[in-house]
Amino acid sequence: MDAKDQSDPAIETHGGTWRFPAETALRLDSGASLSPLEIGYNTYGALNAAKSNAILVCHALTGDQYAASTHPVTGKPGWWNKVIGPGLPLDPDRYFIIATNVVGGCMGSTGPASIDPATGKVYGLSFPVITIADMVRAQAMLIEAMGIPSLLAVVGGSMGGMQVLQWAADYPEKLFSAVCIGAAARHSAQNIAFHEVGRQAIMADPDWRGGAYDAAGVRPDKGLAVARMAAHITYLSEEALQRKFGRELQRDGLSWGFDADFQVESYLRHQGQSFVDRFDANAYLYITRALDYFDLAAQHGGVLAQAFQRARAVRFCVLSFSSDWLYSTAESRDIVRALNAAGCRASFVEIETDKGHDAFFLDEPELDRTLRGFFNSTAQARGI
Amino acid sequence: MGAGREDFDEILRLVRPGARVLDVGCGEGELLERLVAEKGVDGQGLEISQAGVSACLAKGLAVVQGDGDRDLDHFPTKAFDYAILSKTLQQMRNPRHVLTEMLRIADQAIVSVPNFGHWRMRASLMTRGRMPETRALPDPWWATDNIHLCTLADFNDLCGELDLRIDACAALTTGKPARPINPRGALENWRSETALFLLSRR
Repeated sequence: MDAKDQSDPAIETHGGTWRFPAETALRLDSGASLSPLEIGYNTYGALNAAKSNAILVCHALTGDQYAASTHPVTGKPGWWNKVIGPGLPLDPDRYFIIATNVVGGCMGSTGPASIDPATGKVYGLSFPVITIADMVRAQAMLIEAMGIPSLLAVVGGSMGGMQVLQWAADYPEKLFSAVCIGAAARHSAQNIAFHEVGRQAIMADPDWRGGAYDAAGVRPDKGLAVARMAAHITYLSEEALQRKFGRELQRDGLSWGFDADFQVESYLRHQGQSFVDRFDANAYLYITRALDYFDLAAQHGGVLAQAFQRARAVRFCVLSFSSDWLYSTAESRDIVRALNAAGCRASFVEIETDKGHDAFFLDEPELDRTLRGFFNSTAQARGI
Repeated sequence: MGAGREDFDEILRLVRPGARVLDVGCGEGELLERLVAEKGVDGQGLEISQAGVSACLAKGLAVVQGDGDRDLDHFPTKAFDYAILSKTLQQMRNPRHVLTEMLRIADQAIVSVPNFGHWRMRASLMTRGRMPETRALPDPWWATDNIHLCTLADFNDLCGELDLRIDACAALTTGKPARPINPRGALENWRSETALFLLSRR
């Protein structure tokens, strides 16, 4: 997004696809189970002898395990290359950083585009519905399989932040700290509404074919692009859109038609079109559904503080962005209030920015400072 | 506010080792850091400025960005042994509510207030006929953050009204050690520049 993005001097990356043994199944919230299970992952840095320096990075809706390494499809630098790298808050020289693709995703983890062993064909809509807790359960299985008893930190923004909260609720004994950025403890009606627009756009594309587009040799690219365009608006603030594009035109004068006259139209079309190259339409349906189903309090008798009862030893850091209207500061404050009520050790900062929700992976000095301070003091507290 | 933080020494003296402490308006965490290092407290800060919060995080302190006037409501009842509010009660929009909330959240409150009844204030107002500008309150009236000034006698009255017990009180003077006082002594209302109170519910 940022034209000035300079590619990292290659950070050493290890990764690939973690294949769990055939007899290992992922138990899902829906009651179904998933097997065989594969998780796409990348790691940066090295695990220390005490196995105490591992940090799990959780990605957002359309993110993946290429957090700090060049994306194999787009050729773009990692989505969190402002945060992970030498001299950055998550320095591979100090930490063992693990980034995975969520289950249900389309970058190497088992998802709707994987082969269903029962039929030998692509799952499509026969893939079971997954939840944020399912994603986290799969991550916990991977961490265990890697021989890591506990994480120094789990960190993520947006949907990644929801995974962080779920981690704290489900596996507090495996966490030393948790960093939740620009997220919420549940999806609001407005969040669900935007997702429904995206899903309907995909399903309205004649090439979607009821989800069986793979067998038909087509792809619902138009629908997926529209879904991305609508979602992308929610990631930016009104101010940021105005500052970037205003009413600037693509060419001199109006076309008196429906070409992309305005720069903002052209930008959104580009966002939509480039997205379809790297993302699977059914995966988009499943992951947005997982987000919509997310309501951490509802999993704990309607009381959010109950979710954190077992997490009193975890050091929490909750961050929000002042111009984020997708997951607002008020929603982060609700999380903090619940953490306080549960007697957890919690910090909270609202970062002043006009960049909206996407600020969490943009150049934001105050975010850098905050993360740096938190991770540094957390690592020191664990003797790293 | 005075250059020295002689109030910190007195607070450090009052706080029980290992206690759970909330520092309201913790700034860059100087007091909390000392409380953690010297008293082994389990500390939490509340601070309005982003820069202050970031500085606290870098020191490994737990701190929530928020406003003492509004956000104390978010803390659960009896979550702390002490709630501390040093030299800022007079800057709150609703000091009475803040005091009540502090003593809901914590068993004891430590509060310091500049005394507008100090002889310098009185003399300055009497002789110059203008709002006093002193070491304890150095800003002109139009620039000061101190919107709810009171005298020692006024603060005693509020404690009575809220049914609070004064467990300890000390007079603070810039550059001098704290001096234990009887806050109801008439003379103290003349000679105490700032007073620090340890309060609890009756």
